Amino acid sequence: MPQYMISVCHDDTYEVDFSTPEAQRLGTQVGAFNEELQKAGAWVFAAGLHPASSATVVRSSGGVVSMTDGPYAETKEQMGGFWMIDAADLDAALEWANRASAACEGPVEVRPAQG
Amino acid sequence: MTDELAEVFRREAGRCTATMVRVLGDIDLAEDAVAEAFAIAAEQWPRMGIPPNPGGWITTTARNRAIDRLRRESTRSERHRAAHRLHIESMHPDHNPELDGLDDLVDVVADDQLRLMFICAHPALAADAQVALILRLLGGLETGEIAKTFVVPEATMAQRIVRAKRKLHDNHASYRIPRAAELPDRLHAVLAAIYLIYTEGHTASSGQTLTRTDLSTEAIRLGRTLVELMPDEPEALGLLALMLLTEARRPSRLASDGTMVRLADQDRTGWDRTLIGEGHGLVVGCLHRNQPGPFQIQAAIAAVHADAPNAESTDWLQIIALYNQLYALLPSPVVALNRSVAMAELHGPVVGLAGLAEIDSTSVDGYQPYHAARADLLARAGHLDEAVAAYDRAIELTTNTVERGFLARQRAVL
Repeated sequence: MPQYMISVCHDDTYEVDFSTPEAQRLGTQVGAFNEELQKAGAWVFAAGLHPASSATVVRSSGGVVSMTDGPYAETKEQMGGFWMIDAADLDAALEWANRASAACEGPVEVRPAQG
Repeated sequence: MTDELAEVFRREAGRCTATMVRVLGDIDLAEDAVAEAFAIAAEQWPRMGIPPNPGGWITTTARNRAIDRLRRESTRSERHRAAHRLHIESMHPDHNPELDGLDDLVDVVADDQLRLMFICAHPALAADAQVALILRLLGGLETGEIAKTFVVPEATMAQRIVRAKRKLHDNHASYRIPRAAELPDRLHAVLAAIYLIYTEGHTASSGQTLTRTDLSTEAIRLGRTLVELMPDEPEALGLLALMLLTEARRPSRLASDGTMVRLADQDRTGWDRTLIGEGHGLVVGCLHRNQPGPFQIQAAIAAVHADAPNAESTDWLQIIALYNQLYALLPSPVVALNRSVAMAELHGPVVGLAGLAEIDSTSVDGYQPYHAARADLLARAGHLDEAVAAYDRAIELTTNTVERGFLARQRAVL
């Protein structure tokens, strides 16, 4: 079955304080969505990510490794987390994306995995 | 013969491609197979005559070519399996009744075309890509022709089409008719894409001529096909009616010197009464169904204009009522603009300008018709300096030479 990545688009300054009721409400919604995915057998794996400022870029070329601080893409929008899902086709994936967007109350991006 | 072949191509290419996409499960393979079948037709038909069912002939030939080709390229196991499956199906027609002879093929063809419309107008594609795919796959237009009508380099258009097809392929987009729950949104995308083709033909967004008859004709043909495929879909009927009623005015939209004539000044005896009659019939049918939608209401507005023997006798009260109904369904700045223009006809330019003032000006700042309408109302209200400024903005936003000429003359009169 085709696999798709649904990623959550965040502003690069986005940071969650999980102690706030707002964050807990979103967490509950996302948890319910995760359960739906699992029940439907569409779940592959998922993760929420720490802010893009925690990223390190690593380049290995000809045995030489270089590391730079910060995300690779210097854009205002960064990935805040993602799901890998199994879906029969694009329309099924878009339907899950629709629910993902509602759960995390923000835009999500759908991309098909190769293979 | 060349003309006849071109005519068959125009008529059948979309249908054959639609069927081959289902049979082969791949848009590129389908296009190649259909192109090959037409190449064979070009070679054989002049000698043997056009077969009684040219579309069936092309489809069968395309399928056989596809089997040959898949076998030749069967180093890739996926393609080998596809060739094998097709071969089995053609040897044992019972295995897949859809491929059992031409009659059955023709039966499923209607659904195929609908499926192709839905995949071309998939909301995951940008509007310009949807339009390009529809013209290419359903209209059978060459990439060069599509590029020319949209005044972009052929390479740009080719890339747009390739990218759209690739997106559908990589995303495993299904070739199917949407389920009832998704149908309204998906159907709207199809209708909007066809209407975009029509409006581009009605007032070309750029270039030397005001209209592009070929695009309007193609959009109307697609609208007719959609109505045949979904005869109970009121918005499909509404779209066709709207296009026919707008098309009816085409002969009077240009003066003999090639300049643009606006609706109020058109010679209405030049309007095409046959198209108006057909459009009217569709609007009346929609009224009986009583499931109003944006395209049906716009068609009804066009029908009210068509009813008036001259601009002065236009039933503006009826038109305003229809715009109110449209605005309730579709509260967009463009609808608000058109309603204000209608209000001005009934209650004068000051009322019209008050309507325009309620529109969020940032949302219409780049919209040429807003500035053109505002300029006209300002001029009629006696605010000449402001009218000139509004005309300047409208002219700045106009890329069509004929339309720009019209606006420049309006401005010069002030």
